[in-house]
Amino acid sequence: MYQYDNYDQAMVDQRVAQYRDQTRRFLAGELTEEQFRPLRLMNGLYVQIHAPMLRVAIPYGLMSSRQVRKIADISRRYDKGYVHFTTRTNFQLNWPALETVPDILAELASVQMHAIQSSGNCIRNTTSDQLAGINANEIEDPRPWCEIIRQWSTFHPEFAYLPRKFKIAVIGGKEDRAATKLHDIGLHLVKNNEGEVGFEVLVGGGLGRTPILGQQIRPFLEKKDLLSYLEAILRVYNRLGRRDNKYKARIKITVREHGINHIRELVEAEWVHIREQLELDDKEIERVKKHFTEPDYDGTASDDESFEKMQAEDADFAAWVKQNIVEHKVAGYKAAYISLKSPTAPPGDVSAEQLDIIADLADEFSLGEVRSTHNQNLLLSDVKQGDLYALWCQLKSNNLATANINTLTDMICCPGLDFCGLANATSIPLAKEITDRFDDLDYLYDLGDIKIKMSGCMNGCAHQSVGHIGILGVDKKGEEWYQFTLGGSSEEDASLGQRLGRAIPKDKVLETVETLIDVFKDLRHDDELFLSTVRRVGVDPFKERVYADN
Amino acid sequence: MQIIKDRKIVEDNWLHLDDEAADLVLGDVTVTLERWQAEHESLLKHDGSLGIRLSGDDPIEEMVPDLDKFKLIVLIFPAFTDGRCYSFARLLRDRYDYKGEIRAQGDILHDQLFYMTQCGINSFEMANSHRLVEAMAAFDDFSESYQTTVLKPDPLYRRR
Repeated sequence: MYQYDNYDQAMVDQRVAQYRDQTRRFLAGELTEEQFRPLRLMNGLYVQIHAPMLRVAIPYGLMSSRQVRKIADISRRYDKGYVHFTTRTNFQLNWPALETVPDILAELASVQMHAIQSSGNCIRNTTSDQLAGINANEIEDPRPWCEIIRQWSTFHPEFAYLPRKFKIAVIGGKEDRAATKLHDIGLHLVKNNEGEVGFEVLVGGGLGRTPILGQQIRPFLEKKDLLSYLEAILRVYNRLGRRDNKYKARIKITVREHGINHIRELVEAEWVHIREQLELDDKEIERVKKHFTEPDYDGTASDDESFEKMQAEDADFAAWVKQNIVEHKVAGYKAAYISLKSPTAPPGDVSAEQLDIIADLADEFSLGEVRSTHNQNLLLSDVKQGDLYALWCQLKSNNLATANINTLTDMICCPGLDFCGLANATSIPLAKEITDRFDDLDYLYDLGDIKIKMSGCMNGCAHQSVGHIGILGVDKKGEEWYQFTLGGSSEEDASLGQRLGRAIPKDKVLETVETLIDVFKDLRHDDELFLSTVRRVGVDPFKERVYADN
Repeated sequence: MQIIKDRKIVEDNWLHLDDEAADLVLGDVTVTLERWQAEHESLLKHDGSLGIRLSGDDPIEEMVPDLDKFKLIVLIFPAFTDGRCYSFARLLRDRYDYKGEIRAQGDILHDQLFYMTQCGINSFEMANSHRLVEAMAAFDDFSESYQTTVLKPDPLYRRR
């Protein structure tokens, strides 16, 4: 993975010093809350219901075991001994004290991590596919490009005060595990007719109150032009994006109001001027790529026979393999998901003790790296099949082997009213109700992939509008109600869910999920997936049954 | 009043004329784009230097042919969160090759001086003028930038 040089390290260290001084000035009364707010936000610090919340960037979801240990250490010393992983592959501390944040940032800087631009109206952490570099179907590893974008976007002087936040995601092929169509800019590595690799560029996707899928602004962009094209889009947006209404300030609205063709004209006109100045040379591309070269894989890994044998002997292991293991491009290697959706913790949460264990397991079995995923799980990306049983045993004894990846209980869920100052309704307790009800793993496996996404308010942090089942908490005269949508997807077949009907009271949410599943079981053809059934029959059959009683 | 210009605290004598102020006064004055467009003939006869004040709403492309008439361009930041003029500053320097003074005026936090300088703004008229000495420290918050900036036209990747 990428290692900082002196330039990178100096910038992160200087940022800590700068923020330390800003915090000092705020605490001394020299900065008002209003003046301090954008400064702390650009360092990832929100103020929530109970305490500040610090969001730390994990660039494109990649961590070394050393960094994971540091995260565990920080959560123990400065927080309550656990962290929360987010849909944008970052992690959050829910209880840090405002005055200790400069110290936390200094700790992070010591392992080449930071919270720079993890909030605020600026370019946020660039995300990617958790299977980057190990996936046989990808055209090219997207991570070097993510790092190039990370550096370009870090402290970009022109784009620190955009109309609204700005998110970029990059994937290496057709499969989309990074929800790129729901980002302000989505970049897909593609091959053109001449066999050259470049980027398809999408713009104007986003969730929140007005979910919109991104549209293609350019079918093929040469790699050397990546930064100049991004800069052109950002400059057009910085000048044109609305600043009168924060709900209309994202680039998705700019694109909708002006039309993709007009935006394309503006961007291309701008691009002509800056293309040369920002051209990426081969030397720089190679410099970054060198950090992502293929490790020395063991050519004999596929000789192992124990993997098959242990699956035959141990049904629980076999179930975990079936659900949580994915193929690797190198024979004899697999990638293993560590589900953070156990019945005993809120979705995405993991304890300091578990993080330490995961770091040890990464060192022992997976080249010392851990990845965080858009679905709020973790991944060990390079495990020899012969090591999987030993890995599973250790995960199991630490409550980290929940075999539910992509099932109904692998939910995306925002912190909701329990933590968040914006929320109208709770989400974590409902997620727990659903998880408790659907605790029979065999039943879950029979149901197949079902993505439930549940947000506690219109801001839609859990991406409910692209959930196969989306659940949105709304406030009705001080009571919590929930709006359901069906048939959304954030993947390569991205679509926005359709509304089921009027909102449902909190005490009927579990029952409604059960009814939806019952209808699915009745209408399903063979092993048809939930999303396919919804797309085939539409929402009406579900609607009829859910609202049948009243 | 005192302002920061080219990293020094200096006394400033520019007068920023309201559109309503009927007559031109002696000395160095700035006017809005609107007034410039309406009265440029009489303004050109003014005995003293001319400057123009621009906000994020103004179509800066329209005044490019007139740039050499102005010794000062004031970019107005109505709120510190309004970042449009960062792009204006870069365009004025990089694309339109404006060599005169570009000044930030309005709601400016001293933590923004570093970014503004990178974009080509070289003077700062700050509301909190009693804290200018303290604000000056912000110029050195960072020793490097990854990006192409007005100060260092080559991005870091060509220099590392």
